[in-house]
Amino acid sequence: MIQFTPYIVLLPFLGFLINGLLGKKINSEKLSGLIGSGAVGLSFLIALSILLEMLKSPVEERTHIVTIFQWIVAGSLDVAAAYQIDQLSILMTLVVTGVGFLIHVYSIGYMHGDKGFWRFFAYLNLFIFMMLNLVLANNFLLMFLGWEGVGLCSYLLIGFWHDKKFDTGGYKPGEATTSDAAKKAFVVNRIGDFGFLIAMFLIFNLFGSLTFEDVFSRASAIIPIGDETMFWITLLLFLGATGKSAQIPLFVWLPDAMAGPTPVSALIHAATMVTAGVYMVARCSILYALAPASMEIVAIIGIATAFFAATMGLVQNDIKKILAYSTISQLGYMFLGLGVGAFASGIFHVMTHAFFKALLFLGAGAVIHAMHEEQDIQKMGGLKSKMPTTYKTFFVAALAIAGIPPLSGFFSKDEILWKAFSQGSYLFWILGWITAGLTAFYMFRLVSLTFEGKERWSHEKHPHEAPKVMTIPLIILAILSIIGGFVGIPHALGGGNAIEQWLEPIFARANLHLVSGHHGSLTAEYLLMILSVLVGVVGIYFARKLYLEKPELVEKFSASFRSIHKLLWNKYFVDEVYDAAVVTPIVKGSDKLLWKGFDVKIIDGIVNGSAKVTAWISSWMRKIQFGAVQNYAMVFVVGIIVILGILIFR
Amino acid sequence: MSNLLTYIIFLPLVGGILIFFYNREKIRAIKVFGIAISVLTFILSLFLYFGFDAANPGIQFQHKVLWISGLNISYNVGVDGLSLLLVMLTTFLTPIALLSSWKSIEKRVKEYTIMMLFLEVGMLGVFSSLDMFLFYIFWEAMLIPMYFIIGIWGGGNRIYAAIKFFIYTMFGSLLMLIAIIWLGYYASTQPNGQFTTDLLQLYSIGPTIPLAIQSWMFLAFTLSFAIKVPLFPFHTWLPDAHVEAPTAGSVILAGVLLKMGTYGLLRFSIPLFPQATLEFMPYIAGLAVIGIIYGALVSMVQTDIKKLVAYSSVSHLGFVVLGIFALTEEGIQGAIIQMVNHGLSTGALFLIVGMIYERRHTREISEFGGLAKVMPIFSTIFMIVSLSSIGLPGLNGFIGEFLILLGAFRSPYMSQWFTIFAATGVIFAAVYLLWVYQRVIFGNITNPLNQNLLDLSKREIAVLVPVLVFIVWIGIYPNTFLKQSASTTKQIVTIATQKPLPRLVTTEQSVKPENTQGK
Repeated sequence: MIQFTPYIVLLPFLGFLINGLLGKKINSEKLSGLIGSGAVGLSFLIALSILLEMLKSPVEERTHIVTIFQWIVAGSLDVAAAYQIDQLSILMTLVVTGVGFLIHVYSIGYMHGDKGFWRFFAYLNLFIFMMLNLVLANNFLLMFLGWEGVGLCSYLLIGFWHDKKFDTGGYKPGEATTSDAAKKAFVVNRIGDFGFLIAMFLIFNLFGSLTFEDVFSRASAIIPIGDETMFWITLLLFLGATGKSAQIPLFVWLPDAMAGPTPVSALIHAATMVTAGVYMVARCSILYALAPASMEIVAIIGIATAFFAATMGLVQNDIKKILAYSTISQLGYMFLGLGVGAFASGIFHVMTHAFFKALLFLGAGAVIHAMHEEQDIQKMGGLKSKMPTTYKTFFVAALAIAGIPPLSGFFSKDEILWKAFSQGSYLFWILGWITAGLTAFYMFRLVSLTFEGKERWSHEKHPHEAPKVMTIPLIILAILSIIGGFVGIPHALGGGNAIEQWLEPIFARANLHLVSGHHGSLTAEYLLMILSVLVGVVGIYFARKLYLEKPELVEKFSASFRSIHKLLWNKYFVDEVYDAAVVTPIVKGSDKLLWKGFDVKIIDGIVNGSAKVTAWISSWMRKIQFGAVQNYAMVFVVGIIVILGILIFR
Repeated sequence: MSNLLTYIIFLPLVGGILIFFYNREKIRAIKVFGIAISVLTFILSLFLYFGFDAANPGIQFQHKVLWISGLNISYNVGVDGLSLLLVMLTTFLTPIALLSSWKSIEKRVKEYTIMMLFLEVGMLGVFSSLDMFLFYIFWEAMLIPMYFIIGIWGGGNRIYAAIKFFIYTMFGSLLMLIAIIWLGYYASTQPNGQFTTDLLQLYSIGPTIPLAIQSWMFLAFTLSFAIKVPLFPFHTWLPDAHVEAPTAGSVILAGVLLKMGTYGLLRFSIPLFPQATLEFMPYIAGLAVIGIIYGALVSMVQTDIKKLVAYSSVSHLGFVVLGIFALTEEGIQGAIIQMVNHGLSTGALFLIVGMIYERRHTREISEFGGLAKVMPIFSTIFMIVSLSSIGLPGLNGFIGEFLILLGAFRSPYMSQWFTIFAATGVIFAAVYLLWVYQRVIFGNITNPLNQNLLDLSKREIAVLVPVLVFIVWIGIYPNTFLKQSASTTKQIVTIATQKPLPRLVTTEQSVKPENTQGK
């Protein structure tokens, strides 16, 4: 099946071409939806059969390179369009195409009646194509193609309804549209991509290749731990990751990205694209292992993002924004995992998070649809009887993200926290533990305000359950959210941690260089597990108590902590600070200083000034002037000939 | 076939002369004839392209006839991997430019078509001259049709723009002329030497010039080319010229004319004066980096779309100059492909601006908004071209920018900070292009005048699609074009970075090209 690898990537591209070029002519939602979902579904099936084949083959024969063509050859650079199938990339491929397929199917229902239906599916397929390039590439440059490509698709899809007003909650109040959010996403991502680009140059300089295998094997063989260039390479790559995966300081685009249609939020801004940074760092695990300082930074940024994003999620009222902050927060966990050297756990959390976060967003989409595009949870409530399937599946996902066993989120998150603890990073563990409590709290605040309690919406709305094409994906994702963690049951609970074993060969080189400390005993592991379950339960309990039974207390709390509430409500004013410190000075400076000042006044001043002097001189030389440029040119040519004549006959 | 190149260069001249005999009322016939001639030129140039041997770094399709015997000046043309792609770009863009002005040019169509064809002759001549005197004639001759195209068919402030363009470039070329004559004279002072303007001979003489004099020569040539590029801070003629020029004029100006500057740097400045090149490289690369950022920032705040695209050229050409002066294979290969890329994407951007200008007779960004609703095909093409200009991987712009930045980063001659600063230009490009795109295309239609705009006609689509094909082609499979310039690039790098040769050896070498001329 390996030889079919290119089709995994090409099928969605084909779908993009068909829907993009002919979609308008086809003019059939059924057909467009079928082509779009079918392409991704087939890719999934191919990937699945490759996985089955890999499972049968011995460990050392599980990596395959499939070269399609030579892409760029210039000087010493020789980069191929080639794909690498191995334990890590196949796992990511399955998540991307699997969850992607479900979201495509869901979109058939969600986008029903939209005049850009075919365009939407074309973009979604293009996104899958780019994402697959990102995860399957066997070199940095092709990965970068996917990396920037998913950024483009994100741009196209956030701004899909480009005329729609969008409340940014900050800049441009009242007049921003979704296209502002789209542009912001692209530009902020580009800042990260800048880091990726420079990192590639450094890598090429150091290793003379951009192919993963070359780079990683050479790095492992010749680079000493703590090498300075390696520090910069990994730090710059991580800058790229903070852009794509919405970490401090480049997380600001993700909450705004919620301007796009909800399936997009589910697919791109939760389940797949934003995990690209995590995947990339995991892919480069050996490079990070050689740069302990970078690992430290990754872990710090990760846990800080996890914590701060969770606090911001506490007070938001937009159903999608809450989920956006929870995504940022969960991605923070993943980076914490990578930073403490638990690469497999980071990837494990990528997978489980894809299940329950896609589910949460799709559920939110069903709610938004039912509420006639209302996104404010303060104006919802009591929906559980109207939308039982959505409620039940959403509830499952909320339990999963809150880390309640035996749901998937429990295993993956706990794995990360345990690894952090056992490396001796107790502070990371404490912050992660608090964040887990906050997560449980804001998720169940969301569940309570949306589905339970009193109905706070006008009765002209008649919310009803979504059609089957939307609820079936919800149910499948709910099942995955429940059982998805079983592939990573830790040894302490009698599991085999199959996923860690599966990924072991990928991270073998890195693990060789990592100092693996084991500061924790089995008793400690059990204790921490109990503690983290406990904090989740407490979070859930308080959320339900407050928002279902004592809503008046909420008012009281926010009144007595007004300044903190304001700070959180305004997301620490990060957008405003960036705007004042970066955006405005650059725009104003370019306009007033560079263009109207330097260009027009100084340079053109000199040019026109010297022209005036010339004009003044020539005003009394006018007698020998003809006044037409073609004559000047003639004189010019004659002049040349005269000079040359002098040279010949001198 | 040995005269193929000459046929290609002068076919448009013949065509232009034939148009003189047309009745000026027969506008349609003149237009069709003009386009037919330029298409024929393109077809002829395809023979050049497919007959070209990429493995050979030297001059091919050489055609040499002695012209002024006393001065040893000859009509001497030929192409190598450097000029081939630019010749192709010229023959490719000229028919597109002519087709794009099918409707927009209404007055003096006869003269206009003649001027465009004459312009093509000048450009082709510049890219294939192997004699410096001949080069200079073409270089100057090309100014005249361009001057008229801006001055007659331009916008409101066209006279100011045309004169500014003319004076600026004239100033530069004067210095170059002096340098050319001095070079020829220097050749005659060599043992057994005589006055010559033969570039291939001068290639072996130039590097032997003492550094102090070489520096002056280098500066004279390079200033002339820097104005043409235009390199910051010699760029202020460009926005004016572009804003006033008719669409086709802008397409040719940005697409081809600017490349004459960067071509000149690679053809003359560097191989003729390698030691001086190394001496001045940091300064020129520095100006290029400033230009990249400055051009992008100033572009960002423009209110006129055409001016925005014009300033973006300053930024893009900054990349090309940086790649050239990296003096590495990756950098120069990138610069060459980026010249082509810029011709395609900026050419297309000017076509796009022209298309909405024809509909609304304004280029103010604030006059537009929401065009996606009425012009979906236009919006899609505009998007693709913008992405190409932004340097999105998978499209052509990325290939050039990546190779340039990689080459500059690897260059042993410049600090890596140059590349790091230059790479920020990639971020700003996204800002200014996506911002203008957003303001023109996205949102609701706020101006009622835009309510009934028609989407692109079949002719307009036909103008843009060929460009799109190459935008995608170069992005996905750039090797088709990279391999053509590979061996010549290698040679330029070798020449530029070799140690100065003892004089005796050089004189022996200088005889060599003469021996091979008989072939």
